[in-house]
Amino acid sequence: MWRKIAFRFGRAARRELAGFSLSFIAAVLVIVLTLAITVFISWKGLSVFFVHHVSLANIFSLDWWPDRPPEQGGPQVGILTFLVGSILTSVLAALLSAPLGITVAVFMTEISPHLGQRVLQPVIELLAGIPSVVYGYIGLSVLVPFIREHLGGTGFSLLAGVLVLAVMILPTIATVSTDALRALPGSLKEAAYALGATRWQAIRLVLIPAARAGLLTAVVLALARAFGEALAVQMVIGNKREIPHSILDPLITLTSGITMDMGYTVQGSLWNDTLWFMATILLAISFLFIFTIRVVIGRGMVR
Amino acid sequence: MNVRTKDKVATCMFWLGAGCVVALLAALLGYIIVRGAYAIDLAFLLGEPETRRAGGGIGPNIFNSFYLLFLSMALTVPLGLLGGIYLAEYARQNSFTNFIRLSIETLTSLPSIVVGLFGLLIFVSMFGLGYSLAAGALALTVINLPLMVRLTEETLRTVPGDLREASLGLGATKWQTICRVVLPCSIPGLITGIIIAAGRVFGEAAALLFTAGMTTPRLDFGQWNILHPTSPWNPFRPGETLAVHIWKVNSEALIPDITRVADGSAAVLIMVVLGFNLLARWLARRLGRRLAGG
Repeated sequence: MWRKIAFRFGRAARRELAGFSLSFIAAVLVIVLTLAITVFISWKGLSVFFVHHVSLANIFSLDWWPDRPPEQGGPQVGILTFLVGSILTSVLAALLSAPLGITVAVFMTEISPHLGQRVLQPVIELLAGIPSVVYGYIGLSVLVPFIREHLGGTGFSLLAGVLVLAVMILPTIATVSTDALRALPGSLKEAAYALGATRWQAIRLVLIPAARAGLLTAVVLALARAFGEALAVQMVIGNKREIPHSILDPLITLTSGITMDMGYTVQGSLWNDTLWFMATILLAISFLFIFTIRVVIGRGMVR
Repeated sequence: MNVRTKDKVATCMFWLGAGCVVALLAALLGYIIVRGAYAIDLAFLLGEPETRRAGGGIGPNIFNSFYLLFLSMALTVPLGLLGGIYLAEYARQNSFTNFIRLSIETLTSLPSIVVGLFGLLIFVSMFGLGYSLAAGALALTVINLPLMVRLTEETLRTVPGDLREASLGLGATKWQTICRVVLPCSIPGLITGIIIAAGRVFGEAAALLFTAGMTTPRLDFGQWNILHPTSPWNPFRPGETLAVHIWKVNSEALIPDITRVADGSAAVLIMVVLGFNLLARWLARRLGRRLAGG
């Protein structure tokens, strides 16, 4: 009997150790993946400097002619047009989407929590679940022809890209804002009402300012999603390598540039490595967003 | 305008905003499904895609999407569960745990095209997998793993501490407690979360363009040797999923009936995603009730 107990205990202890080790390894894997992505993408991307010796002034310029023959001065790989395109589409989309997303969040927490739970929650989850190619396809088959016929231009435009993105990031803004508003202590609202505030006054003067760190996080997360979205945007913006002069002009973004050319350029060529550099920029900006969120939330908590 | 009127106007505005969002979803779903309905028939669902002629189907693409989903979930679910168990049950409040959380946040917010490029560099080129379902499944795992870890951690944290203490008090080890008490209690939450994640994976395209590839070899469903190039089950063959097909048809296809194929594919894709979502909801309610009822 003692042997049996000892055996049992031994097996349990071994399993205990195995269970802990496996879960620890899985957690470490997350770190390894993050580091591997950072290192490998930037190693490929920075080869524009180390292998091709492109200058900073050249890469952050507006001149794009990656296959210009050497007798005319050699290739030009300025990515500024792409970067400006990405910033324009994502910032405009976030500006458009944020008011609606926050409105929905306030509706779900303050105006009608019952309907919010029953109707809006599933609606937002479904909106988040629609694949990005489907958003792109709807943009392509509805928005683009509509803009072409009623507003002018080819229809492939900054406006189409912004509208598609605004819908795509709405669930992010609404969900994160709802969480932020829900996390507020009930005493804030009660105090506002006790002082004679109407519901709108309580929302505008107390609740929204109190939740501002969370609301800003929502907008930054949405901005990050918009910045990195590739296919839906690529399908509707026309992919013309120019900085748009109006919202009806076509443009190109970092993600759509990568999508368009990655399959058609030779590995190791300057053109191809420039695409990897664009991916490095996407990565860096995504880090910047995370940093911003940590700082914003950190500051929000201190106050 | 006095404050009461302002309050009324504001309330109307909130109702309007909420109504807009509901109308938007209804319009999007209605548009895709109604428009796609005419294109969907058995020949379309089972047929081979065409490269030049009209009349192509999406049979292999549907198969690829489901098979790829299965492959990536087979990797994501165990890894994500283990990672989540570590964070919820073992991790202490220290800088290492903080670093794991930072990594999860970073991975979650990475653009999927960047993950696709990482897959191209590591899985396709360095591991020598080529454009293959295996490379695609690994890329999808990179996207999904942080979500799965977070889902597991959050679900495990909802299990009351009393249950753990009772189990430990009865002499169970920590790992026995996790496997026999904590995990079974979390199953409804986990299953719901996994199915919703599956819906997301099913529609992913950007990460697959340069990993799973944009072509499918001619598949022979009678070929059961899983390493044979024409075997549908071969994880080392390229495979174009439904979502990638929609993108490819719209951007570079030479077929005359682009609209029909794209309409039909989008409708099928949306219906599968909707199906996953409804299944998750139904299961959540059912499993929740069963556990609550004892």
